[in-house]
Amino acid sequence: MAFLDRHKKIETNATLLFVLAFLVVTIGGIVEIVPLFYLQNTIEKVAGVRPYSPLEMTGRNIYIREGCYVCHSQMVRPMRDEVERYGHYSLAAESMYDHPFQWGSKRTGPDLARVGGRYSNEWHVEHLIDPRSVAPESVMPPYAFLTEKLVRPEHIADVMAANAAVGVPYTEEMIENAARDFRAQADPEADTDGLLARYPGAVVANFDRRAGISEMDALVAYLQVLGTMVDFSTFQPDASR
Amino acid sequence: MTDHRDIDQATGTDTTGHEWDGIKELNTPLPRWWLWTFYGTIVFSLAYMVAYPAWPLVNSATGGVLGWSSRGAVSEEIDRFREMNAPLDAAIVAKPLGEIASDPQLDSYALNGGAAVFRTYCAQCHGAGAAGAKGFPNLLDDDWLWGGDIEAIHATIAHGVRNDEDPDARFSEMPAFGEILSREEIAAVVAHVRAISGQDHDAALAEAGATVFADNCAACHGEDGTGSRDLGAPNLTDAIWLWGGSEEAITETVRLSRAGVMPAWSGRLSEAQIRQVAVYVHSLGGGE
Repeated sequence: MAFLDRHKKIETNATLLFVLAFLVVTIGGIVEIVPLFYLQNTIEKVAGVRPYSPLEMTGRNIYIREGCYVCHSQMVRPMRDEVERYGHYSLAAESMYDHPFQWGSKRTGPDLARVGGRYSNEWHVEHLIDPRSVAPESVMPPYAFLTEKLVRPEHIADVMAANAAVGVPYTEEMIENAARDFRAQADPEADTDGLLARYPGAVVANFDRRAGISEMDALVAYLQVLGTMVDFSTFQPDASR
Repeated sequence: MTDHRDIDQATGTDTTGHEWDGIKELNTPLPRWWLWTFYGTIVFSLAYMVAYPAWPLVNSATGGVLGWSSRGAVSEEIDRFREMNAPLDAAIVAKPLGEIASDPQLDSYALNGGAAVFRTYCAQCHGAGAAGAKGFPNLLDDDWLWGGDIEAIHATIAHGVRNDEDPDARFSEMPAFGEILSREEIAAVVAHVRAISGQDHDAALAEAGATVFADNCAACHGEDGTGSRDLGAPNLTDAIWLWGGSEEAITETVRLSRAGVMPAWSGRLSEAQIRQVAVYVHSLGGGE
């Protein structure tokens, strides 16, 4: 048992203890984390997932700024009650272009991973202005000020370039057209061919029915795309998960 | 250390041999129950690793001898409940819509299932009690925009209203008269609408508004303003208002028009669920 007695050497030498403890934690971390980057069933690609359009991306930044994730998760877990209520369970690929992802772990309000298309634009605007006007039992704070604050697409190309730098496949064409796509998505009269070719399924509307592009327009554009990118009528789940 | 036996006098317990300033550290053994629980968890973890997915390998992880997967488990559970309901679901889909309510078993199934579907998918707009809100129709009264018999309710739920996703969605579009009529004409027609709906109004203005109404509104809302369900044009003579019946609200409606949107549910709910919720809504009081 002489080997076991050597722990005195480690315990009386702080640097050695630190180095060995670090090694142990590193091995544990590598075993738990690294496989997630290469195992086929954790990095499956799913057809339909695309980067956010400039207006949606702006809305996403407002969502993060206002701390919506504090009360709303974006992760339908593979459990019957959640699938019955919210729709198909979330796939890893659906948040592959989210930096950072908005999975969350707190549900004071409902999960929003599949909220897109479930309500009309008018409902979202009405609900964000005064949640209790449509859901009397709601405890959500009102966000009426979003309709007053206009947003401009000045910096959206930079935001997209920053996302491209961490791996979101924004093409040069997308970044060049950022400001135009930003305006086109909030204008039902605009020529949206380019926008829809670059971002299939983007919802085009003057969401708040007010002049100018407000933060409300951007946020609702973001909410309306959540969970709508993958066509689950044709999606075949990988059975090994 | 094992050769070191130095019994502490006060407690009668072995010491570890560590000594600081004359104070010795006791080597109190762990309680036996604790130790065996600890060994038990190790045995359990080994069994767990064999039974369930555990170790990452080169291309995939070990699958476990039970073949369990979280995706498989959820679809299995959902299928289990679907199968339990399958005979009733098949029966409710096979039955003509109008006859579901006369079959006591199907009626009870539809009302309970429909209430659950309603609370999950419909209550956010139409309210938990189906009384609606501004812009979202009340489903308890007998005033219907697109028809209140069971077939019409079913079609509205399945295809929705003014959405882009379903080509069969109900569609009507009132022009924004702010660009067509003058301010005075709008004020007059609003007074006329207030008059035919039995509210306080300026009689002279309303008389002028009758002509404006006949020229611009009667095509859809009817000469007497009772509306048309084929066109989705609301009845303006009752006291039921979707967007408000005050002078300001009617003026805004005339000037900017209104266009509520309802999603199509045929892609999200099964036909059996749509039929259940149609029967439920039909039963709420206004069904025809």
